[in-house]
Amino acid sequence: MEHTLLILLLPFLSFLFLGLMDSKLSHRVSGLIGTTVLGVVAALSYYTAWQYFTADRLADGTFATLVPYNATWLPLGALHFDMGIMLDPISVMMLIVISTVSLMVHIYSFGYMHGERGFQRYYAFLSLFTMSMLGLVVATNIFQMYLFWELVGVSSYLLIGFYYTMPAAIAASKKAFIVTRFADMFFLVGILIFGYYTSSFSFDFAHPVYADGVTPFASVDTAKAVAAGGFILPTALVLMFIGGAGKSAMFPLHIWLPDAMEGPTPVSALIHAATMVVAGVYQIARMFPMWIAYAPEQMSIVVWIGVFTAFYAAAVACAQSDIKRVLAFSTISQIAFMMVALGVCMPGHEALIDNHASLGYMASMFHLFTHAMFKACLFLGAGCIIHAVHSNEMSTMGGLRKYMPITHITFLISCLAIAGIPPFSGFFSKDEILTACMHYSPICGWIMTGVAAMTAFYMFRLYYGIFWGTENKALHAAHTPHEAPWTMTLPLIILSLITITCGWAVNFGSFVSASGADYQIHLDPSIATTSVVIAVAAILVATWMYARESQPVAVDLKEKFPRLHRWAYKRFYMDEVYQYITHRIIFAHISTPIAWFDRHVIDGFFDFLAWGTHKLSEKIRGLQSGNVQWYAFVFLLGTILLYIIMVL
Amino acid sequence: MNFLSIFVLIPLVMLLGLWLARGVNQVRGVMVAGSTALLALAIYLTVDFLAERAAGNTAEMLYTASFDWIAPLKIKYSVGVDGISVAMLLLSAIIVFTGTFASWRLQPLTKEYFLWFTLLSMGVFGFFISVDMFAMFMFYEIALIPMYLLIGVWGSGRKEYAAMKLTLMLMGGSAFLMCGIFGIFYGAGGASMNILDIAHHTGGCRPIAVGEQCIWFPLTFVGFGVLGALFPFHTWSPDGHASAPTAVSMLHAGVLMKLGGYGCFRIAMYLMPEAANQLGWIFLILTSISVVYGAFSACVQTDLKYINAYSSVSHCGLVLFAILMMNHVAATGAVLQMLSHGLMTALFFALIGMIYGRTHTRDIRELAGLMRIMPFLAVCYVIAGLANLGLPGLSGFVAEMTIFVGSFSNEGAFYTTLTIIACTSIVITAVYILRLVGKILYGTCTNEHHLALTDATWDERFAVVCLIISVAGLGLAPWWISDMIGTGTGPIIDVIQSAVALNPFH
Repeated sequence: MEHTLLILLLPFLSFLFLGLMDSKLSHRVSGLIGTTVLGVVAALSYYTAWQYFTADRLADGTFATLVPYNATWLPLGALHFDMGIMLDPISVMMLIVISTVSLMVHIYSFGYMHGERGFQRYYAFLSLFTMSMLGLVVATNIFQMYLFWELVGVSSYLLIGFYYTMPAAIAASKKAFIVTRFADMFFLVGILIFGYYTSSFSFDFAHPVYADGVTPFASVDTAKAVAAGGFILPTALVLMFIGGAGKSAMFPLHIWLPDAMEGPTPVSALIHAATMVVAGVYQIARMFPMWIAYAPEQMSIVVWIGVFTAFYAAAVACAQSDIKRVLAFSTISQIAFMMVALGVCMPGHEALIDNHASLGYMASMFHLFTHAMFKACLFLGAGCIIHAVHSNEMSTMGGLRKYMPITHITFLISCLAIAGIPPFSGFFSKDEILTACMHYSPICGWIMTGVAAMTAFYMFRLYYGIFWGTENKALHAAHTPHEAPWTMTLPLIILSLITITCGWAVNFGSFVSASGADYQIHLDPSIATTSVVIAVAAILVATWMYARESQPVAVDLKEKFPRLHRWAYKRFYMDEVYQYITHRIIFAHISTPIAWFDRHVIDGFFDFLAWGTHKLSEKIRGLQSGNVQWYAFVFLLGTILLYIIMVL
Repeated sequence: MNFLSIFVLIPLVMLLGLWLARGVNQVRGVMVAGSTALLALAIYLTVDFLAERAAGNTAEMLYTASFDWIAPLKIKYSVGVDGISVAMLLLSAIIVFTGTFASWRLQPLTKEYFLWFTLLSMGVFGFFISVDMFAMFMFYEIALIPMYLLIGVWGSGRKEYAAMKLTLMLMGGSAFLMCGIFGIFYGAGGASMNILDIAHHTGGCRPIAVGEQCIWFPLTFVGFGVLGALFPFHTWSPDGHASAPTAVSMLHAGVLMKLGGYGCFRIAMYLMPEAANQLGWIFLILTSISVVYGAFSACVQTDLKYINAYSSVSHCGLVLFAILMMNHVAATGAVLQMLSHGLMTALFFALIGMIYGRTHTRDIRELAGLMRIMPFLAVCYVIAGLANLGLPGLSGFVAEMTIFVGSFSNEGAFYTTLTIIACTSIVITAVYILRLVGKILYGTCTNEHHLALTDATWDERFAVVCLIISVAGLGLAPWWISDMIGTGTGPIIDVIQSAVALNPFH
């Protein structure tokens, strides 16, 4: 497994090379370098996965955790900050997800970014992002994860702000970075608490058996934490979860993600749909053994934040008119599904909740995988559409199915997948999630089923709005939409093929499960039937409302509930709330007074000292007048005074 | 002749050379030769020091030497270095080297400018190699005085006011410091000015009584703290930096401010461990205020240099914050932060100077879209900004993380709370850095005068690239320097921790 180092090293070198050469390279060459490197990385990732999953399982049915590299990067006294590579089922799965989607995006960008100024810089940043994301998933310890976590944040910042002359892009990139940084502060404090009380940053919780029989890390020792009080580890984990919630856009830290759509569309597909935004989910999955062992009650925080976010984002998605924003809210909602699924999974805590299996963990990871593929496909499809009509607004679209057949079909497949229609991949993963939720609590299960129905509805609203519905004939006559070049459609086809097959062709549970052992997925017929029936019904409603040339029902609804529509369209004014907090409270009521205080009170005090000294010296200057009579008089006076003092 | 003295000798020779030099090219030649020699010497020292340590030499100070200087007053010229001083010497050499290139085209009075600049560097190098309190103090003063002229003559804006303010405030600090030093000297029995003697009660020194320490510790700490931008004695910094010429800002923020932290640690805390434990908490609160206060102030500034000056208040606050945490990891983090802040703030000031030299304004409201006009400078500015906000792979991250992990390992709610307060600065830093970058570099330039500006010249590029390489080098491979610093902070922290029983929060 020594070649895994190359998976990290190659994109880094590619970043350095492309970044340093920049405009000295032609567009074509830099794109080719970036894409070739990613091709190699993807091949190495597949090879790693093949090697890893075909190796013999251990005696307890799990896959061995491999640590091909681990070295101290920064010694911190008793603790140390390590860097390394750790391979276990979820990190290997993530390697596949990231390298696949990234490769698709690299190929796609050839067409999408064609002739764009800063093409080389774009590929350099893509390489940087890919390296950071890969580093994040193979981290051997929580600090390494945090390091790469920050790096993906910066790559995301740089890529959102790629069109740096556009004010909206600048504002969006800034917002994305600051909101996630705010969440990361909690993550950092969580890490500090965790490291201090367990004397280790490593992910070595369950003392897994390593391939060569020895553990390369200082193991996590929870004795001190437990002795210090039962709240310590749950606090640390919840703080880390806040960090994860920031990256994964959970309510109320989701506000950066819709704005992040200002970046180039392939970037949205890669970072803000498939990979970076699931980092929070991945973090929970990574710390899962700790959650289960020490903070099972606090898992309900994850669940209910997830449930609310899923519902909220789905509600907002129903009213948006910008196709990328619909997809962005859909992403938020789907990531919330993954969070919920993790939260409802509590193996070993049958007494605590009415739960029977470790289904949720596997379901969450499965959904992460399938979602990455179909959501990337949707975003890239959206990119083709934007490329064709030069706008994000649905009003400029409609009837595009005639002009862009490949985009149309792949988009439809992905929509069916996200809506949960068999045999597409989304059906299988979503069904597992719903089953897990039902077992956790029926309320949770039914809410999530309802959200799934909303998902089907808004996705088909989007689909019909783009490909059917009212065609903007005037616009299309002036500029006939055309199908995208093959570099852009090829990734769509590949991703939709994965979406069609990966649900039924692969038994995901045998690779990834909460216990690590082979887990046989079996559909719960009643839940599967219910969810499919509801999804189909939602699609039919959407068809009835939006598929025709004119949409009287939708207009009617909008007129009947204007306030609801406006609130949903304005995303329930969450952005305004933040605007108020940052500008009115932090800038106007903290920073400005502090700056004023500094200039006027503190600085004023020192200026006053100087001024006072100056004035005082002016006053006593008169004493040294050079007048001899005056000196003689003072001299005499002093002598007399001294004499009196000495005599008395 | 001890080879550490060469650090002082080279600037002396440079002064002579500059005095004799005729014409700008000769001046530049002397400066380049001298600063290159200093850099080479610093690198050699680092390598040799690491080799000595690897060979098992565990003495607290290496390359020590001592000569009588003013025998009746027990003043000696004593030199020696440990891990901290080696790191600081390396930092100073890098900044002097790059500062030379950053002021390549300085006009007018180039020769005089470099004379003062070299004198300032001599003070800095002398300070870091000295282990005698009096010699340290003398070099400290040598470093301060040229600032007055450098700002007053070659500065910009309200330069006379700024020069006067800076000098007076630092002189005020020196007055405190001198009282403190004499207090320590007589408190320890008046036998030696050597720091090691006083710390280890050798050479006729006795432990300083705790009551006396409580008088001299605040004086010494505040004396050095003024230079280290300790709240509320930091107000010279925004005005001073704003008016200083580029290379002086670089050297001042990059190195001189480190003299403060270094002195606080090496003299105030090391020699008076009991008082440090007893009174440290007061200063710890002040430094926590510095960290957050500086960052918040930076958010609403409109002058590029003011932003950076307040950011320095915040980052230097973190240095003092970390040393006052009084444990091994935090102290190592403090020195890493000195290095990191020195490098990145020098980079920042260099870039600001270059931008100002072209646009003749530092008001961020008047600047926009520089990325299109001067891409090289703009990209470097983004890198400097990212280093400042703690991007992994650059130096800031390493230093901050070491400090936070170190501070968090102190027992007690007091320390934990302060650490969490300090952690908030990473968010506020992001706010002002991104605001700045978004305003001046991104967007579209509307000022037609700015559209015709050119990108960096070769000397500017060279200075900037050297600094970026240093910042990235520290950020990518921190382990060796962290180990080296650890060998220096270790013995000092051991001494300080021996009096931990007096700490009210322990």
